[in-house]
Amino acid sequence: MTLANSVRSIPGFSILAVLCLVILYAPLLVVMVYSFNDSVSITIWGGFSLRWYEQIFFGLEAEKFQKAAWNSITIAFMAAIVSTTIAFSAAVGVVRTSPFKGKNLNISLLSLPIMVPEIVTAVATLIFFSMISFKLGYTSILVAHIVFCIPFAYLPISARIQSIEKVYEEAALDLYANRKEIFRSILLPLMLPGIISGFLLAFIISLDDFIITSFVKGAGVETLPTAIFGSIKQGIKPDIMALSTLLLLVSTLFVTISYFLSRADIKNKLN
Amino acid sequence: MTQVYKQKRAFDSLRIWLLLPSWVTIGIFLLIPVGLMLVISFMTKEFRGGVIWELSLAAYDQFLFDRGLFGDEPPTIQWTYIVIFLRSIVQAAIATFFCLLIGFPTAFFIATRDSRNRTFWIFLVTVPYWVNLLIRTVSLKFLIRDNGPINEFMISLGLISEPLGLINTNLAVQLGLFYSYLPFMVLPIYASVERFNFTFSEAAADLYADKWSTLRRIVLPIVAPGIAAGCILVFIPSLGAFLAPDLLGGAKNFMIGSLIEEQFKGNAGNWPFGAAASMILLTMVLIALMLYTRQQAKSELT
Amino acid sequence: MAGLIEDKNMIKKFLVISTIAFTLGASSSSSEGKLSIYHWFEYIPQELLNKFSEETGIDVTMDTYDSNETLLANLKAGKIGSFDVAVPGDYMVSIMHAEGLLDEIQPGELNNMGNIQSQWMDVSFDPGRKHSIPYQWGSTSFSVNRDEYQGDIRTMGIIFDPPEELKGKINVLDSQGEVIAMASLYLGIPQCTTDKDQLRSLDELLQSAKENWASFNSDGAKDVLVSGDASVGMIWNGFGAKARAEGANIEYSYPREGLVVWMDNVVLLKDAPNRENALKFMDFLLEPENIAAVTNYARYSAGVEGVDQFLDADLKSQPESVPPADAPAGSFVEPCDEDVQVVYNQIWTRVKQ
Repeated sequence: MTLANSVRSIPGFSILAVLCLVILYAPLLVVMVYSFNDSVSITIWGGFSLRWYEQIFFGLEAEKFQKAAWNSITIAFMAAIVSTTIAFSAAVGVVRTSPFKGKNLNISLLSLPIMVPEIVTAVATLIFFSMISFKLGYTSILVAHIVFCIPFAYLPISARIQSIEKVYEEAALDLYANRKEIFRSILLPLMLPGIISGFLLAFIISLDDFIITSFVKGAGVETLPTAIFGSIKQGIKPDIMALSTLLLLVSTLFVTISYFLSRADIKNKLN
Repeated sequence: MTQVYKQKRAFDSLRIWLLLPSWVTIGIFLLIPVGLMLVISFMTKEFRGGVIWELSLAAYDQFLFDRGLFGDEPPTIQWTYIVIFLRSIVQAAIATFFCLLIGFPTAFFIATRDSRNRTFWIFLVTVPYWVNLLIRTVSLKFLIRDNGPINEFMISLGLISEPLGLINTNLAVQLGLFYSYLPFMVLPIYASVERFNFTFSEAAADLYADKWSTLRRIVLPIVAPGIAAGCILVFIPSLGAFLAPDLLGGAKNFMIGSLIEEQFKGNAGNWPFGAAASMILLTMVLIALMLYTRQQAKSELT
Repeated sequence: MAGLIEDKNMIKKFLVISTIAFTLGASSSSSEGKLSIYHWFEYIPQELLNKFSEETGIDVTMDTYDSNETLLANLKAGKIGSFDVAVPGDYMVSIMHAEGLLDEIQPGELNNMGNIQSQWMDVSFDPGRKHSIPYQWGSTSFSVNRDEYQGDIRTMGIIFDPPEELKGKINVLDSQGEVIAMASLYLGIPQCTTDKDQLRSLDELLQSAKENWASFNSDGAKDVLVSGDASVGMIWNGFGAKARAEGANIEYSYPREGLVVWMDNVVLLKDAPNRENALKFMDFLLEPENIAAVTNYARYSAGVEGVDQFLDADLKSQPESVPPADAPAGSFVEPCDEDVQVVYNQIWTRVKQ
């Protein structure tokens, strides 16, 4: 059992792991760095400057970006609330009840939005909306987002619910024997980290979606990703890098919160 | 015992009501639209976009058979679309391979750290995934373009004299897919290695097996389900990718995603054909998933 | 559900929050006096839209597209009825009319109709200007980086049969109509030909030319020339002028084989939600001062009387707008019948496969 011969440490793996992180972060860091570049030309470094950030907030296109940001945030917020509610309810129904026949089918249905390729969902939703004369616009984006956010909200919630042992319910039932009370004072507090984590993931997923949004959006309604795409196709400009950096920071913030919440210990919650 | 039984069913009577919202939402806004696409794929196309509601196999015929530029020659196998599908499969497979190449060692390395470091590493690997895919793809494009930082840097060091010419190639697309979905490979492998009981391997080490054969003979078979899950998670989204070929590949080598898009938003305007291509893509994904579940079920038995 | 609903506090909170979010979200898009424009990218200065809003109090939103075909496809896939005006090129005006996507401008509805230059009044794609007004006109050709290539560029061979040093450094517009029209001019065959041998040679030409092309990109056509990603770029004349102004050492070609010309037009869309405002906007764009602002920005040419006094001085002499004396006459892209269009579509898919 000498460590030297243990399969736990394989030479070269640590280097590859570091390389993996470098690959994952290098492009993002480059964009971040260049968003502070004073030069108009993106290939030449012209000194540190916040001018591109100033331009996003106060420049000519500021209104467009602000509107897009507003749309993105309100859509993400509502989509996350609705999809988390649906996912939560489904998670209780699937995980917190005794085994039933269609259980696997239900789980498949809930993960369907991840399984169907995004381009297929996008086209199918667009044609469906167009056939039922559902006007494309803000609401059409919202509806589409709710659907594909469900599995992302479902996964952390169901994982959390699964980890809550039956004992708590049993003990509670001995004392109260009331479903409502069990739910409110035992299950809900225990599930809360999972619910918040699911909400945050759904929020980011909605905030970041490009393909489906670009298909189902209507006249004059842009979200940040579609607005960024519109600009970026014409060339990578420093102001877009600044905007991307901001969006990147928001996403990172949310994942970080979600990460710490999901680590919150069940026992701590109980005490 | 009766008590446990009773409690387990605390929410049983509500089950239908609890599940109903998800059935309705996913049913109406995903199942019906996809079903509609299936129907449209068997309809007649309207010139310049739209559907005529008459049954027709033209879309699938167009996919499979080449009747010449004018549709009057005897049918031969239509390679155009098969090539596009094969290219997508190959691109996705290469991306998956590279993800595995980097992802497995990374996951293995992380899973063998102590538990504090472990979660931090996993956190580091996950963060980029949550950054907008569009931004990540564009960042990569910026990084590898002919006069982008990588080429400038290598030229200034004298490592190369000409830019590498990566942009607008198949390699750039593979790189893009690899970069987009790398975290998907690391996570499931990590999860399976973490559960791995290292006393097995240490028993093997005692028998003087060297590290590599221990890894191959003992670790690999046990973490295989994790590897399979990682491959599925990378392969499936790569197959329908749309941004990478457009932004990194110069939009000149169609993948399935771009082919479908072109039928609804581009020049071609052939809805039934776009629907048929979508259905074929969906079928491929479902087959991949079925193979995966069968493999998982098998490995659970052993 | 009863057990859940009994938990009134949570439900109440949820309802309140989502109502607030919804009203906030909706209010940002429900002001009176709106105008939805569906326009090409980078084709109208933001200042001009602001000026229109200030003068009329109308709130303007704009979505963009990058080819005539994309415009058509998106309108047909459910976006008609949500936009008021769009800016299709000449041949697309006739196609959109045939598809029933255009509304008619009644006589007297536009005060500035008389400002349209007479040669742009009775055009073949919209006789009598019943659905459209002129926006800008120009040509589609290509620009060549003179640092990379010093030879003769007045031939479309640069695109379709490029010299060795330009192979793999060519960007082509992602625009089926213009690429096929150019290829037809290069081969000396008529557009929308039904001759099978000619169509076959068109297919072969594009198949062999594609090998030498680096990318298809319309939005980025200017950027690839400025950044040096491409040495040759198929481009619209004004966009080429902008690329040159941004520092690319490029020259715009007037090929001897022919020149593709076009006119973009503002059309009134069918089922426009804000028809009145659309007409106001069209009148606004027929004012010489306003359309001149577009020309100064996009570097093409306007079709309205009296713009000259508002144009930048250097516009008249920019090489992209002044063809040499021996330049061939321009040809518009022609809309083809279904049977030819089906073949064109197949050729195009084969090019981009």
